[in-house]
Amino acid sequence: MVSPWLAPIIITAIWGFIGIICPFFARGPNKGVTQCCLMLVASTCWLFWLCCYMTQMNPLIGPKLTRNEILIIAREWGNPIKDQIDITYY
Amino acid sequence: MGSLFRSEEMTLCQLFLQSEAAYACVSELGELGLVQFRDLNPDVNVFQRKFVNEVRRCDEMERKLRYLEKEIKKDGIPMLDTGESPEAPQPREMIDLEATFEKLENELREVNQNAEALKRNFLELTELKHILRKTQVFFDETVPTVSYNTSSSTATFKSRWRYGRRQMADNQNEDEQAQLLGEEAGVRASQPGQNLKLGFVAGVILRERLAAFERMLWRACRGNVFLRQAMIESPLEDPSNGDQVYKSVFIIFFQGDQLKTRVKKICEGFRATLYPCPEAPADRREMAMGVMTRIEDLNTVLGQTQDHRHRVLVAAAKNLKIVRKIKAIYHTLNLFNLDVTQKCLIAECWVPVLDIETIQLALRRGTERSGSSVPPILNRMQTFENPPTYNRTNKFTKAFQALIDAYGVASYREMNPAPYTIITFPFLFAVMFGDLGHGTLMALFGLWMIRKEKGLAAQKTTNEIWNIFFGGRYIIFLMGVFSMYTGLIYNDIFSKSLNIFGSHWHVNYNKTTVLNNKHLQLNPSTVDYEGEPYPFGMDPIWQVATANKIIFQNSYKMKISIILGVIHMIFGVSLSLHNHTYFKNRNAVLYEFIPQLVFLVMMFFYLALLMFIKWNRYAATNSPPYSAGCAPSILITFIDMVLGNTPKTPLEGCESYMYAGQSLFQSLFRFIALCCIPVMLLGKPLKIIQARRQANRQNLTGATSDAEVGMTNGTAGGGAGHGGGGDNHEEEELSEICIHQGIHTIEFVLGSVSHTASYLRLWALSLAHAQLAEVLWNMVLSIGLRQEGWTGGIMLTIVFAFWAILTIGILVLMEGLSAFLHTLRLHWVEFQSKFYKGTGYAFQPFAFDQIIENGGTPAVEGAE
Repeated sequence: MVSPWLAPIIITAIWGFIGIICPFFARGPNKGVTQCCLMLVASTCWLFWLCCYMTQMNPLIGPKLTRNEILIIAREWGNPIKDQIDITYY
Repeated sequence: MGSLFRSEEMTLCQLFLQSEAAYACVSELGELGLVQFRDLNPDVNVFQRKFVNEVRRCDEMERKLRYLEKEIKKDGIPMLDTGESPEAPQPREMIDLEATFEKLENELREVNQNAEALKRNFLELTELKHILRKTQVFFDETVPTVSYNTSSSTATFKSRWRYGRRQMADNQNEDEQAQLLGEEAGVRASQPGQNLKLGFVAGVILRERLAAFERMLWRACRGNVFLRQAMIESPLEDPSNGDQVYKSVFIIFFQGDQLKTRVKKICEGFRATLYPCPEAPADRREMAMGVMTRIEDLNTVLGQTQDHRHRVLVAAAKNLKIVRKIKAIYHTLNLFNLDVTQKCLIAECWVPVLDIETIQLALRRGTERSGSSVPPILNRMQTFENPPTYNRTNKFTKAFQALIDAYGVASYREMNPAPYTIITFPFLFAVMFGDLGHGTLMALFGLWMIRKEKGLAAQKTTNEIWNIFFGGRYIIFLMGVFSMYTGLIYNDIFSKSLNIFGSHWHVNYNKTTVLNNKHLQLNPSTVDYEGEPYPFGMDPIWQVATANKIIFQNSYKMKISIILGVIHMIFGVSLSLHNHTYFKNRNAVLYEFIPQLVFLVMMFFYLALLMFIKWNRYAATNSPPYSAGCAPSILITFIDMVLGNTPKTPLEGCESYMYAGQSLFQSLFRFIALCCIPVMLLGKPLKIIQARRQANRQNLTGATSDAEVGMTNGTAGGGAGHGGGGDNHEEEELSEICIHQGIHTIEFVLGSVSHTASYLRLWALSLAHAQLAEVLWNMVLSIGLRQEGWTGGIMLTIVFAFWAILTIGILVLMEGLSAFLHTLRLHWVEFQSKFYKGTGYAFQPFAFDQIIENGGTPAVEGAE
């Protein structure tokens, strides 16, 4: 079982690298603009990911599925329904 | 600071140019394109300026060149645009140029005339060739029939002799034909000395006139002529207008002179061209040979004329740019002032400070070229005028700068929002347009335009829509890429989801539960949920759960809209700090920036913070005070906070506050935010009043000069209260300042509420986009997917085409456009209103590139 912190750390590290480390390597006549762009890309994208992650961290409601959807999920995403039945979807 | 963050520093310069060197210097500056000249004789009529004559001569040359250009276009000669533009020639070369163009024009007219004559000749010969060829066929087939007819007609004669009138009901037509041709031929054959000869004329007529022509002939000659026709398959060129026309060859046989004149008149009336056609086959063959050789000759001559014309035109095409340059130079020279001694021209121009060196160099080059010994003088001048705004852009930043400039050109040296817009614009667009599939389509389109940039830029079209798309290729590309990212986070690709990391929700039902219930809701507090979120983006199960997907996503998307909006606005307010510190406006920092920022943070950033707290604290697995059922509505909490209400009594076991001391903090924040409003409203005006009082007191006591006080006063307060200038004047100014400040404050306070709400459009459009995509999938594509067998394959192909067209047309193009416009509004109104004035005017340098591109209309009114 991987640590629950692994994914957030990896993603934060990637955006952190782009937003904090990369600007130091910017060169050329448009250095300022390049740096600004890199930092903004990293901060916006990271924030966007963070919001999505935090919404799902402690979900208050669960997805409501129809019978069809449950059966399809059971077949396609590999968590078969207990006491085997023949799955037919219609 | 980088180059794009503020506009370039500009300075007004005075330029003294030796009369002889002026032309060459201006030419060099035009190549450089970094100088904006001001009109120094605005009250002088256009027709009374110094170089009117030269401009007129240029106009005349341009007229000639336009004629040449038209001819070039008519010939379809590609105008070689090598990209390089030849330098403007010396003024003394203008006479030569004029002479050259005169010669070229005359030559071309002559060539055209000759070519037309030649073409007419050619047409005649080709027609003759066709006649000879076609009539050959007629003669060939008539000769045997003649002999046949001879025998048959003699047979008829004999039969008539024999059977008298028994065969009166013979086929009339056949009989006539036989008589017309056969009898004559028979007669001729039997009695060669007789002068009853069958004559004929051959000619060519337009095909559409043929039917009428035939009818007319029949009627006018009472059926006594015989017409044969054959179509000329290949179209012929009409020399007068170059149209392709279809014609037919005809040959008419008749008898006697009377009919001949009649036939000829009819031919004339129908504009048929008649050609001599010898009777004997040998003559015809000889003539055909002759015609062929003449056609060959003409062909070579025509080819040579075409070549000559081509050469003349190609030579002319190069000169077009030169003349435009000369004209632009003289237009510019007309803006200059003459020195008293008439030896010197004086110009005033705006120049970027960084480029003064380059401009000096260009001026020196110009002087050398003209051979003048006196160097030009470039003087920096002091001025109180507002310099123009000049942002140095490249092909990437240009489009973003254009978005900003469309709202208003930045005031001189103001913070330029363009570099931030490069990222925030595509990002906010993508929040509304979040779909991996649609984003990919858009990014690929942008990428294609970027890859084919040079080729596409070279073929200049006047198609406005295409030019808009092409101009914004980098924006489109970035919007597409960001949409791909947000699409991944929304886990939405053509309204379906990607299950990359494996859903963190599991179905743990047994058979009977599933079969007995129509709907089942997974419970987040049980093993249905793994306990930690899907690592990247939305869990794919939400895209499947059509029953409550929208409820979940709405709460998520609304929250991110507010969070992003508040951060965007705070960012805008922070940028205003850069403006205030740059313009050394301490009052604005203290009484505008700080209260604004505090107000925003205390009210709206706190609102965003509450969202994070709610996400963090409340969970389905928690016990009552923080369980799912107890989670408060953030909107209600915020309204209660602003209005100072005590929240409603919560449910059993829940608490009305999210954290300890929330009530205290909220009333504290509200109090601070409210305190900011009077500071914003009164701070600056009071400070100005104070400064003026001090200045007045100094005035009364001190010996400081009036002007100096006025200056400091002016820069500090923004108004210009010259010392002792009368109280009335000051009062007026002050009331204006107060009103201005009042409006500004109200605008900000009310604006921050409405602007925050305005960011909800991010949620609304994103929801609409996702729903439209889903509807399109369910209503269209799934129909095709449901069919089975080979018919299903065909059906799916058709349905897919339909779905693809709708996806591109509605979802990518129209939805993209609407999201673009909403993003533009968010930037112009919600973001830029926090720091951007946009009251400047753009720098319009005198540059040949632009003049040539615009079709030779130099910006004379640049200074106004």
